[in-house]
Parts: sequence; C-alpha cells; structure tokens
Amino acid sequence: MPEVKVRKFLVSVEDVFHEGGPVADTPQRRGAVLAVIENPYAGKYHDNILPFMDDLKPLGLHMAQKLLAALGGDPKSIEGYGKGAIVGGAGELEHAALWHAPGGYAMRDVLGGAKAIVPSTKKVGGPGTRLDVPVTHVDASYVRSHFDTIEVGLSDAPKANEMVVVLVMTTGPRVHARAGGLAAKDIKGEDGLR
Amino acid sequence: MKAKIRKLLTIVDETLTEQGREVSPPARRAAAVAVIANPFAGAYQEDLTELIDIGEELGGLLAERAVAALGISGDKVESYGKAAAVGENGELEHAAAILHPKLGAPFRKVLGKGAALIPSSKKRGGMGVVLDIPLGHKDAAFVRSHFDGMEVRVTDAPRANEIVVAVAVTTGGRPLPRVGGLKVSEIKGEDGLR
Repeated sequence: MPEVKVRKFLVSVEDVFHEGGPVADTPQRRGAVLAVIENPYAGKYHDNILPFMDDLKPLGLHMAQKLLAALGGDPKSIEGYGKGAIVGGAGELEHAALWHAPGGYAMRDVLGGAKAIVPSTKKVGGPGTRLDVPVTHVDASYVRSHFDTIEVGLSDAPKANEMVVVLVMTTGPRVHARAGGLAAKDIKGEDGLR
Repeated sequence: MKAKIRKLLTIVDETLTEQGREVSPPARRAAAVAVIANPFAGAYQEDLTELIDIGEELGGLLAERAVAALGISGDKVESYGKAAAVGENGELEHAAAILHPKLGAPFRKVLGKGAALIPSSKKRGGMGVVLDIPLGHKDAAFVRSHFDGMEVRVTDAPRANEIVVAVAVTTGGRPLPRVGGLKVSEIKGEDGLR
C-alpha cells in the first residue's frame, strides 16, 4: 500500500460582498483546500492503481474537515460543493480519477448526508496550472442559483511526480443569482437531482 | 468604512516536506486580500488622501484576517509583506497611496512589533494578474532565512475600476533555509535592519 506523502496544503476562503449589484446581507463564502501529494504511480504504467484510492480516504476526510473549519465550521452552512485534481507530467489523467470516491465521500461524511453527486474536473499539467472546479448544490444538482466555479492552483505544483487534489465548498448561491431555474427552496430532495 | 470592498480572500499555504525532507514545523504563510473600488479610476486626481485613509483601514483589517487564518497570536508572526495591483483605469500612484503612508502602523499594531520596513510590490494589471508579495523578517530586514515571496491572485480582479490590496504574514522563513547570512538568533533589534 503506497503511503500518502503530502508536500503542501493550501486553503483559500473568499467572501463575496457584491459584484456590481446590491451588497449581500451575508457575503457568499467560497472555500477551497488543496493538497500537493506524491503520485505513487508517476513514471510508468501501472495496471492496478486501486490501492491508492483507499489510501486517499483519510486525506480526503482531513481536507474536508480543514475546509469546513476555514468556512466557519457549521456543516449546515454549506450549500454547494465540488472537487478536482491536477496530475503532474509524469502521471496520467486516470490517476486523477482516484480522487472521485475518497474526495466525494469525505465531503458527504463531513456535511452529514448531502445527496447530490459532487461535480468534478481534472487535467494533467505543470506547476502553476489552474483548474476551474465546478460547484453545484449539495442536495439537488439542478439548482441553478448554485452552479458556480472556483478557480484554484499553486505556483509551484504539481511537479512531474506529484498530483494536486482539491475540494471546494460554498455557503450560498452566486452573489447576484437571477437566472431562474430550480430554486433551492423548491428542492424535493429525493434523488439528489431536483 | 471608507473602502468599498467587493470581496475578501484569505489564503493559507503550508509546506510539510521539501525534496522529500520533512519541514518541521511546517512553513506556514498566509495572505489576506481585499478587492476594493478605486475612487479615482478614470481621471487624474491630485490629492490622494482618500486612498491613504483606505490604506490605513485595510492595514488593520487585512492583518487581523491573515493572522487569524494562521491561528496564531500576532506576536508570533515572523515575517511580513504587502502589495497592491491597480486595475487598468487607475495608476500606480494609487497603489502607492494605499501601501506606503498609513497601512503599516495598524498592520504592526496587530503584530505587537515590527521594526523592519514592510517589503512591498505594486503593479497595474488586468483581472487575474499575479502579485508576488515580497516577505522579510518583521524585526530585522537582513535576516536571510526569511527573504521570501508569496504569490496571490484573484481570478476576477482587479476589474478596470478596482484595486487589489494584499498583506502576507508567516510563522517562519523559507523551508529548509541554508544559505547563511544573519540568523534570527543574532537579531539585535535596534534599527529594524539587523
């Protein structure tokens, strides 16, 4: 079992008061946590990469807790989430896919039963690569006001033999959401979609 | 509050290992960033007092947020820096008005001390422009282990009529410093230099 070796963590929290319109009573908070880890499969093709998925579970949980704490600590305040990964040049896109289960389930655990699929994105890239992590409502993917994106990246990662794994959360809709569609108050909450 | 703040961002960057070697304790750096309206965008203004006062407000606000993000008391901060990026309808002098006359005093008050010059950088640029905030030891500018930089950027700022203002603080110097020079243990602390 490869051990997860973390080189860095980065946490960012953004408080959005307005975007040219009325100033929000409560600013929208958008947070991200990034971990720069060694990619145990960098450098050559490995057929069986599944063991590392289990190894990532404790890291996922640690990151979800770290992010929630940075956003104030109340799981009920979290309304949107997303995840992503950037794989360094000596790895392959498939390695990023190892983050789906540990990243997603960690956030669901910490938030106490969120129903919606956690939207995600991934790419292979060098140090400084930016990733636009998609965000959707934690209980109903179709809530239009909560479709959002958080751009993340680090100037010095990922190195060729590293990967950056990412979790993001938001505390509410886009600050001036007014494009219609399913509203959060109309969620049925049965299927994670509507 | 004179500053019209559109958003606030905090970033915490922690390095746990470097070249496979443990960094103990981890090197931790935090930046707090404000995106504000530039009251003088678009036309030449001789008297920049309003921006100078905004700098004073932001010095305290951003320093408090950055120190809080590190989870330490102000007196435990070892190095610091500041920077600003002015949107395309402003001028470099607007950044200077915010950073230089009055931002430092409230910043130092949060730290309890700070005899050294606060290193700074400034530029004009478009949205997503990168600011490299220079870092130096807060009590003795010549401490070589603490010469560093922290990169920050805000994806959607500065818009043409905005200014991005950032301060950075750390819990220590670079990871694994080993290029000699004045050490923290050798600080005399009389002139802010050595």
